[in-house]
Amino acid sequence: MSETAPPRVVIVGAGPAGIRAAATLVEAGLHPVVIDEGQRAGGQIYRRPPAGFTRTAKQLYGSEAAKACTLHALFDRLAKDGRLSHCAASSVIAAQDGRLHVLGEDGMQVVFYDRLILATGASDRVAPVPGWQCAGVYSLGAAQIALKAQGVALGRRIVLIGSGPLLTLVGAQLVKGGADVAAVLDTSPWRQQLRGLWGLAARPMVALRGLVLRARLGSRYHAGVTLERIEADGRGATAMRWRDAGGRYRLTLCDMIGMGWHLLAETHLADLTGCAFDYDEQWRQWLPKIDEMGRAGNGIYLAGDGARLLGADGAEIAGRLAAVACLSDLGLPTPSLRAGLRKLARLERFSRGLACAFPWPAETVRALPDDAIVCRCENVIAGAVRESVERGGGEANRVKSLSRVGMGRCQARYCQLAAVELVAAQAGCTPDAVGRFRGQAPVRPAPIGALLGEG
Amino acid sequence: MITAGRIVRLAERDRSVVHFFIDGEMRGALAGDTVLTAMLASGQALRKSEFGPEPRAGFCLMGACQDCWVWQDEGPRLRACSTLVTEGIRLRTTPPESWP
Repeated sequence: MSETAPPRVVIVGAGPAGIRAAATLVEAGLHPVVIDEGQRAGGQIYRRPPAGFTRTAKQLYGSEAAKACTLHALFDRLAKDGRLSHCAASSVIAAQDGRLHVLGEDGMQVVFYDRLILATGASDRVAPVPGWQCAGVYSLGAAQIALKAQGVALGRRIVLIGSGPLLTLVGAQLVKGGADVAAVLDTSPWRQQLRGLWGLAARPMVALRGLVLRARLGSRYHAGVTLERIEADGRGATAMRWRDAGGRYRLTLCDMIGMGWHLLAETHLADLTGCAFDYDEQWRQWLPKIDEMGRAGNGIYLAGDGARLLGADGAEIAGRLAAVACLSDLGLPTPSLRAGLRKLARLERFSRGLACAFPWPAETVRALPDDAIVCRCENVIAGAVRESVERGGGEANRVKSLSRVGMGRCQARYCQLAAVELVAAQAGCTPDAVGRFRGQAPVRPAPIGALLGEG
Repeated sequence: MITAGRIVRLAERDRSVVHFFIDGEMRGALAGDTVLTAMLASGQALRKSEFGPEPRAGFCLMGACQDCWVWQDEGPRLRACSTLVTEGIRLRTTPPESWP
């Protein structure tokens, strides 16, 4: 960075964290570049429908409508006033040494940065259920996006499976929207959910709102279920086979299944830029190492669900903190942070409560039958993963190269945790010891022409 | 409103109609539909899996899983969940014959 040129700060992601980070930088007199995959800023949680849709913010975002509107208006004003540069509908597919390779609707461009704030959010944390490769099986997030951004249900008769706040929320939203929800199947038993209460009590109103939503599900909701398999014919899903908490076998006819166990941090760009990772026992996933402000070192800052799974409110605070850390490291004056840090600690306690109350079903994954598909991209089965451990040992990247699990187009986003759990079980070690699949550029598929054209 | 395909339209039904083609057959959709919504409003799937017998209809709808890539008549593929359908666009559930 020369003495005259202002530092170039690039933010990836325009959800609650990215928007707050951008606004904080603008307030300090910087002109950030914001790169986001959405057509319009908002992220997934506050995603906006395409132009011409007419439902109100209250209809779309419920109790969070005011927060959504505030963030949308803030970002739109900064963009309109030319205080930031917005690259919409653009994916960062590679990142290294101050350069981002960005694929947009007009092809590839290189964006340079002095400091990088990654606010990449999260995707659904899923677990393989035999039959989940068939048409009509979606993530819970997909069911919510379809409802919010398109006004549609992804099937005529819906079964939701998994655990966590999104299970209840999506169920209640679909019921309210007029969809036919046949069952909401929670793999966490009541006694486990009660164990999370110490943490959930950190945000009593949010916990209460969850209980009210769950009450709206009525007899559709079942806690402590065991998921057996998804039945399908040549067209797609036809039924969910499951056992209730009492062990009775149940069959629920449906043509759509939504699945999810809370969230998986989106960390591919953090990985490519050299951030270190720790295995988090409670969240059962690898999370990038950051300090309390979001510093990952090397001029990289992380904020939002891509770093810590604290939800939208936490993301807004973390976005501000990351921007302040960045300003402070650049030697610029910064606003006070104490209130933000205090609130973040409370959100952290709440989120630990969620992780405890609604765990990922590790034991069920370990017991998957050999013919169950683990990787949906290339239909790699559990048996192939286990066999590769016998041939090559229990190390994640060795298993990846032997079995091809994690090599598909989704870049292991939807199979990594299950694959590692299977390897740990087979090798008799912990998931932490198995390790993490190394990220590879491009982190989104890119047409070869775009890569060649870049020169 | 139940459609001929997989999805049910619950809201935002008063949008103008656009026409597009799947495997040469004309279909109707609404302006603002993604390609995924448009295709699943009149059909059950987007494509066939390259690695198994089952058809696929998308999974994450947020551009992360890459399950919803569909072919266009003129060659390039598009991600159905994050591309809006446009009047006259020609889509295919199988690769073009010229594809090596």
